[in-house]
Amino acid sequence: MPIMTPSTIERPIIPTADDHRVARHAAAAIVLTVAEAAIPLPLPGVKPGLANIVTLVVLARWGWREAVWVALLRVFVGSLVLGQFLAPGFFLSLAGSLASLAVLGAAMHLPKRWFGPVSHSVLAAFAHIGGQLLIARLWLVPHDGVFYLVPVFALAATVFGLVNGLVAARLLEAELAPPPGGRA
Amino acid sequence: MSALVALRQWLAAWARHLRVGDGLVLAAALAFCVGSALSLWQGGRPDKAIIKAGGKVFAEVDLAVPRVVEVPGPLGSTRIEVQPGRARVAADPGPRQYCVRQGWLTSAGAVAICAPNQVSLALSGRNADYDSLNY
Repeated sequence: MPIMTPSTIERPIIPTADDHRVARHAAAAIVLTVAEAAIPLPLPGVKPGLANIVTLVVLARWGWREAVWVALLRVFVGSLVLGQFLAPGFFLSLAGSLASLAVLGAAMHLPKRWFGPVSHSVLAAFAHIGGQLLIARLWLVPHDGVFYLVPVFALAATVFGLVNGLVAARLLEAELAPPPGGRA
Repeated sequence: MSALVALRQWLAAWARHLRVGDGLVLAAALAFCVGSALSLWQGGRPDKAIIKAGGKVFAEVDLAVPRVVEVPGPLGSTRIEVQPGRARVAADPGPRQYCVRQGWLTSAGAVAICAPNQVSLALSGRNADYDSLNY
């Protein structure tokens, strides 16, 4: 019998433990995205971004690649669930996420002694508004008027970046120090 | 009192997660907020005063140096005073003195019109905040 290379069709896809972990974290992030969509907000574009807490925790515990998986799955599935897929909001969200993931990839190499999840969170939040504003300026609102709102977005990024970072730091602490009798 | 202590403990529990660099990042973020608000929202700082008489531009005065301009009109002479960053109609022969009472004009787009003497004073800047002739 000739030696045959295994066809991709016949090869069964067996999810690894990593896949399961990514799926679990992405699911948590999607739940937060959907829950957050129910919160009425005064200005489009200003959102707490609670799902980013999950991204931060995954980044700190499992690394950048896994954080990218979780964040992008969250953007795609979250927009599908909310009926926003391929709508302008989806592209804003995608641009913001890509920008903040790029910044997180650099920020995670900052010395850990001085820079914790709060730094990562605030920097990522600023990258997020940066990416969004870039798309908005180039495509949705081709006028410099969009930059009029920069101070509002920056303040929101600072506040929500701080809050999300603190929550992520606390979750990480709880996860890394398993309580006696509790699940790890 | 105990509520205050509880609040302080609660805040301290959160602040424990802040590291030195986090404080720096937060300070930089706040500085960016303030800086962007100051530079983007100040809008309309005027740099030039445009004086018109009888519908024609009589003079365009730089707002950097103080000076006084006398503008002739059908009723007499209107005196316009310019100081760094602002300008006003100091005296006008018109009967109702609206343009004089407007006082100092400080933002780009602001206009004082002395209709009887057909003299107007307008401030212009890079980006005018508003157009005071639009109602």
